[in-house]
Amino acid sequence: MAINLKELSKKPVPLSPGHRACAGCGSIIAIKLVLMAAEEPVVCTCATGCMEVVTTIYPYTAWRVPFMHNAFENSAATMSGIETAYRALRKQGRIDREIRFIAFGGDGGTYDIGLQALSGAMERGHDFLYVCYNNEAYMNTGIQRSGSTPMCAATSTSPVGKESIGKRQYAKDLTKIMVAHGIPYAAQASPHRWMDLMEKVRKALRIRGPKFINVISSCHRGWRVPMHTSLDVCKTAVETCHWPLFEVEDGAWRLNYKPKRKAPITEWFGTQKRFAHLTKPENAKVVEEIQAGVDRRWSELLHLCGEEGG
Amino acid sequence: MKRTLALTGNESAAEAMRQINPDVVAAYPITPQTELMHAFTQLVADGAVKTEMILVESEHSAMSACVGAAAAGVRVMTATSANGLALMWEIVYIAASLRLPLVMAVVNRALSGPINIHCDHSDSMGCRDSGWIQLYGENPQEVYDNMLQAVRIAEHPDVLLPVMPTYDGFIISHTLERVDVIGDDEASAFVGEPKPRFSLLDIDRPVTYGPLDLQDYYFEHKKQQAEAMKRAKEVVREVGEEYGARTGRAYGFFDAYRTEDAEQIILCLGSAAGTAKAVADELRDGGRKVGVLKLRMFRPFPAEELARAIGHARSIAVLDRAEGFNGVGGPVCPEVKAALYKAGGADVFNYVYGLGGRDLGPDLIRSVFDDLEAGRADPREAIHLGVRS
Repeated sequence: MAINLKELSKKPVPLSPGHRACAGCGSIIAIKLVLMAAEEPVVCTCATGCMEVVTTIYPYTAWRVPFMHNAFENSAATMSGIETAYRALRKQGRIDREIRFIAFGGDGGTYDIGLQALSGAMERGHDFLYVCYNNEAYMNTGIQRSGSTPMCAATSTSPVGKESIGKRQYAKDLTKIMVAHGIPYAAQASPHRWMDLMEKVRKALRIRGPKFINVISSCHRGWRVPMHTSLDVCKTAVETCHWPLFEVEDGAWRLNYKPKRKAPITEWFGTQKRFAHLTKPENAKVVEEIQAGVDRRWSELLHLCGEEGG
Repeated sequence: MKRTLALTGNESAAEAMRQINPDVVAAYPITPQTELMHAFTQLVADGAVKTEMILVESEHSAMSACVGAAAAGVRVMTATSANGLALMWEIVYIAASLRLPLVMAVVNRALSGPINIHCDHSDSMGCRDSGWIQLYGENPQEVYDNMLQAVRIAEHPDVLLPVMPTYDGFIISHTLERVDVIGDDEASAFVGEPKPRFSLLDIDRPVTYGPLDLQDYYFEHKKQQAEAMKRAKEVVREVGEEYGARTGRAYGFFDAYRTEDAEQIILCLGSAAGTAKAVADELRDGGRKVGVLKLRMFRPFPAEELARAIGHARSIAVLDRAEGFNGVGGPVCPEVKAALYKAGGADVFNYVYGLGGRDLGPDLIRSVFDDLEAGRADPREAIHLGVRS
């Protein structure tokens, strides 16, 4: 079933208004799109982080679907338990409804502290979709660097100073790590291409077994961008190939979007004050290095997707 | 049909789990809990239980998965020891605060470091303030009995708290003893069906578990949790009595052995009680007025009942199988002293014993009774029993 606006406009919104996310929060847009894409009833978990905090301050909840927050590092492990309980009840004939399961986590809860629980759940083959809302730092605790923070980004714990030009390491490639688990579906997406994101969610939820979608999600506080540009800046991430959109289904790689003009990484840097120091002439060399890294990863991806020379 | 079996503590726990037949078990291997899970996963493999196993990648995920499954409204169990329990710590507290009626067997083992696989109570004593009900078993029979009762206690609507039946690693877990078990039907009837009030799988009545709870409500919720723990006392008593009526083995908060007229009393938990009772019998034969108080329920702490049971003694030795690193001794003794405050004139002495599986023989127990009679012990300082200086 194709996704169209007319159909969507008739669907109840599983996340209520009145939540406390910042105006212009990329993550809450991403989560809402994910929930809207589901065709069956869903049960969700979320790691400790912005999205848990802004949606559930007691005695209020923005979740119109069953939801559990347990702790920071265990969204996937908690969902393993919920999904297994469902399987047990199905087997015993005590529940007959089709239910789908979606675990959320930010990049801190997914790339770093929750990586073991996520890896374990994927390896065990639980039937749920894990969605990482990736805003490239620990935003909830005050913008500290994470394993997903890009090279040279200034954060609270990787500040720019006389001896520092921001984070000194590249982000780990978590999507590839998930692909290496041999799961039936893994993808990268962006909320600015909402149709692509929702189709990926829909496709993933039709597949039985573990699924993973990594969604770039801007944070205007952490990225230091004007709040009305949250989707524009996600678009720049994709146009510069900082965040390519692709999916891997049963080991087959497919590129979902190829920029007509592959924009230089400086355009991505230029949108955000966390990279402001990279415009200084003395940092030109490191910018070149980062560009070379982006180019290398992009050509590897084109190769994997059978798109070379195109 | 009742049967008499020869079982180790771990096999006894597995037999209880077979009869409880939980919907979900999530576990990770750690010595000395391993044989319990070997026995149980074999039952799963043989189709002898309906349980779905989650063979997780860590104890942290074991407890996390248990929390998720319990919130989905099914009956959930797990088991661990020592470092495994320590790795779960964060979620152990969350399970209790979410009021999820889990049952987790803790096969007591010394916490690292130094690393050691043998028994002491540093693991379960470490999480004594986590909001779990704790029942200490003396032998494989009590392991079996406590496991069955734990399910009833945890799921009681007045309680809704997780329960931790514990038993001494190797000393009980790996020792073969006689165990009387009740029939499968009788066990099922005793534990009953879980009746969850809020399930994550109830799509038509969506609930949010684990919201952020700030200055305006957190305190009230903690008070409710504390009240549930208080109410648990009555439920433990009721369930112990009902179990007694069904099986002939009634359970209370503790087992007071020859304490009525005792002048000197040893208070201990777990397998040490067997040795202590044997020594008490021997000394009674010699005309000495000694007794043993075996504490079964450490959480909630039965302070008033304990004061009534032993407050009359002239002197009491509290045997702690964990060091509190507080400068004054182990974790049980201060609670006993607090319970006895204004309850009588008993002198209370603290002995730390058996750390890392160090054996507690009859000679050491005898030396404690001798200390109490001679008034040799210094009440201000714990004695480390059987340790080389």
